[in-house]
Amino acid sequence: MSYYNEMFEGDRVRDPYARLRDWVETMPDDFRQMKQAEAEALFRRIGITFAVYGEGGDPDRLIPFDMMPRVFEQAEWRRLERGIKQRARALNAFLRDVYGRGEIIRAGRIPARLVYQNEAYEKSVVGVVPPRGIYSHIIGIDLVRTAKDEFYVLEDNCRTPSGVSYMLENREIMMRMFPQLFRNNRIEPVDQYPDLLRRTLESVAPAKCSDRPTCVILTPGHYNSAYYEHSFLANLMGVELVEGQDLFVDGEFVYMRTTTGPKRVDVIYRRIDDPYLDPLCFRPDSMLGIPGLMDVYRSGGVSICSAPGAGVADDKAIYTFVPEMIRFYLGEEPILNNVQTWTLWKDDDYRYVMEHLPELVVKEVHGSGGYGMLVGPKSTTEEIETFRLKIQANPSNYIAQPTLALSTCPTFVEEGIAPRHVDLRPYCLCGDRIELVPGGLTRVALRDGSLVVNSSQGGGVKDTWVLSE
Amino acid sequence: MLSRTASNLFWMGRNLERAETAARLLDVGQRITLLPNTELGYQNEWNSLLQASGSSDLFREKYGDITQENIEEFIFFDRANPSSVASCLEKARESGRIVRTALTSQVWDALNVSYQELRKIERLPRSKLDTASLTDFTTGHTSTVRGAINATQLRNDGWHFMNLGYGLERADATARLLDVKYFVLLPRIEFVGSGLDTYQWQVILRALSAHRAYHWAYGGDITAGQVADFLILNGESPRALITSLYETVWHLEGLARRYGDGVPVSARDKAREVLTALQARDIEMIFDEGLHEFLSWFIRELGEISNLVHQDYLLGGA
Repeated sequence: MSYYNEMFEGDRVRDPYARLRDWVETMPDDFRQMKQAEAEALFRRIGITFAVYGEGGDPDRLIPFDMMPRVFEQAEWRRLERGIKQRARALNAFLRDVYGRGEIIRAGRIPARLVYQNEAYEKSVVGVVPPRGIYSHIIGIDLVRTAKDEFYVLEDNCRTPSGVSYMLENREIMMRMFPQLFRNNRIEPVDQYPDLLRRTLESVAPAKCSDRPTCVILTPGHYNSAYYEHSFLANLMGVELVEGQDLFVDGEFVYMRTTTGPKRVDVIYRRIDDPYLDPLCFRPDSMLGIPGLMDVYRSGGVSICSAPGAGVADDKAIYTFVPEMIRFYLGEEPILNNVQTWTLWKDDDYRYVMEHLPELVVKEVHGSGGYGMLVGPKSTTEEIETFRLKIQANPSNYIAQPTLALSTCPTFVEEGIAPRHVDLRPYCLCGDRIELVPGGLTRVALRDGSLVVNSSQGGGVKDTWVLSE
Repeated sequence: MLSRTASNLFWMGRNLERAETAARLLDVGQRITLLPNTELGYQNEWNSLLQASGSSDLFREKYGDITQENIEEFIFFDRANPSSVASCLEKARESGRIVRTALTSQVWDALNVSYQELRKIERLPRSKLDTASLTDFTTGHTSTVRGAINATQLRNDGWHFMNLGYGLERADATARLLDVKYFVLLPRIEFVGSGLDTYQWQVILRALSAHRAYHWAYGGDITAGQVADFLILNGESPRALITSLYETVWHLEGLARRYGDGVPVSARDKAREVLTALQARDIEMIFDEGLHEFLSWFIRELGEISNLVHQDYLLGGA
């Protein structure tokens, strides 16, 4: 398989990387090692660490940072931006629809079963329309590139996509370590993201809120692997970082406990999953939630971002219908491609997948983080056969996709510099406006040949540049 | 400010001060064992110190024998001992991590570095470490954090809560160290006023980094009355009970002013009352009353102020 190299076309350096070539090629080894150590020390000092679920070991593990940036030119980015915003509009239209009249189902474009029997479909909010009809306010869209103008969406994250703090900190650290690079290249800034996020949240305050809205970030607590990000964002946005125990419901509103008594909260950017939000409505054993929260939400006393139930739009089964949503709600043709997907609960697809396992990538419908997946071409016959048994036991739990030729980007490795596979997650904000900062999180599979970029599976991150005109 | 944030800042302050106290305790103990001693030998002194920190039962259960190594392990490294330096630094850093948004990056940096360094020390073979360097390590890092707080934190309610933690804990620690000296360390009345007595007072002063300050303040010989005066009633002495309490009142007044009517001030009222009671005494009155009785009263009152801080501010009015 041949891969698109982000920097080189044969011997020629692609335009956006032109000024980086000298920098990379003239960098002495010892200087590189010194800078790498400096970057690591900076990350550790700031406290950006990443805990991996169920792994044990060091809870303060660092996510590896690669100093070689990934670069887009303005024209490439504009196209991506249009595609992402288009997708974000369609996903929110879909959510508004399935919690309302369900036109897309009546029209026969999406099977009712996939929506209404979906685990993430939240019956308790049917008919509840959140402010501005926005359900998913922060959408992380995972993209991979296979050719100059070929981008595929791998998945949409409509609930609580994480990683944006890395986008911001990677930039911060690059600017601190290599100011000259930023003088020589005209790079679009990303540090307006926290302000845009705050504005987005304020724009979806409930109608009952008459003053300037009070927004908070709701975290499961400091043992959560993304806690650093929660506190980082709260800090940059100037809002309180709360846990469930800090909030309580009184009458028709939600309040936080403060040193001066109760204070009303209007918008909750929650970083906990639906089932934990309210023990009276969802899991009764949840210690993370706020009893009575959902009643306040349904009666318009508080906004929850993303809205409960938004997860039904980013399911891997629903994913296959996103191009259809774009046509149905927006009357447009999709700008970004979907990856061809076989859904194993269909007989034809099942048969095809079982015959072609060594070529395909198979994922669990509800899986995430790179767990529970099979990358056919990178697996041994034994691994494939073990996985085959798992699929046979419960076919409807799986989807399959062709193994994509993920683009590579030069990356600093032990022996110097070498191509490694990358993906991209930009963060789209939906409120009174739809906005996207020029950049995102580039994840890189640090192991030679690996196509899995998840940080839980040995992936690293890179700064992502969009050059201005 | 969130009540939970205030609570974490308060406990961050308390735990940093407590880490320092543990290190000072180790230092006092170490110096006392160098004394030509009373009949029961050095074991007795160490036991007194452990009693002062309220952890002698835990020690006996876990280690049995009192040896220099066991004591160091217990007071400095042992996570099972909630008052060990390592436990306190870890808890302080944990509190800081929870309320990162309320700390400046310099404060977090100092706090985080002290924890990373602690983890390095923990990996060293114990034979490479001596008591003095462990004490220096602790006071060095807690001072750096303290300095970062003073230099960079906003003078807002969060700052008051941190300092309340520091103030109450410091008052408590000085009171307990004094109590060890007079009630336990010196069980026999004939030692009072002897050379041994003087040396022990000197040790206490050293442990509080106050022996030079003492000489500047009083000059001349070390006497029990003057040392006690210095550590209880002298407003110039930074670790004196009256100074710590005065600062506590000052921060509670700050909160009351900032929050205005409608937020209860029972902690402030109580702290004022105790301060007034302290100001009304001189050192003779305290010795007449019995130093131990006085200190027990004082430690109880501190506990009460701490409870009222919780009631007034940390429950969130729900």
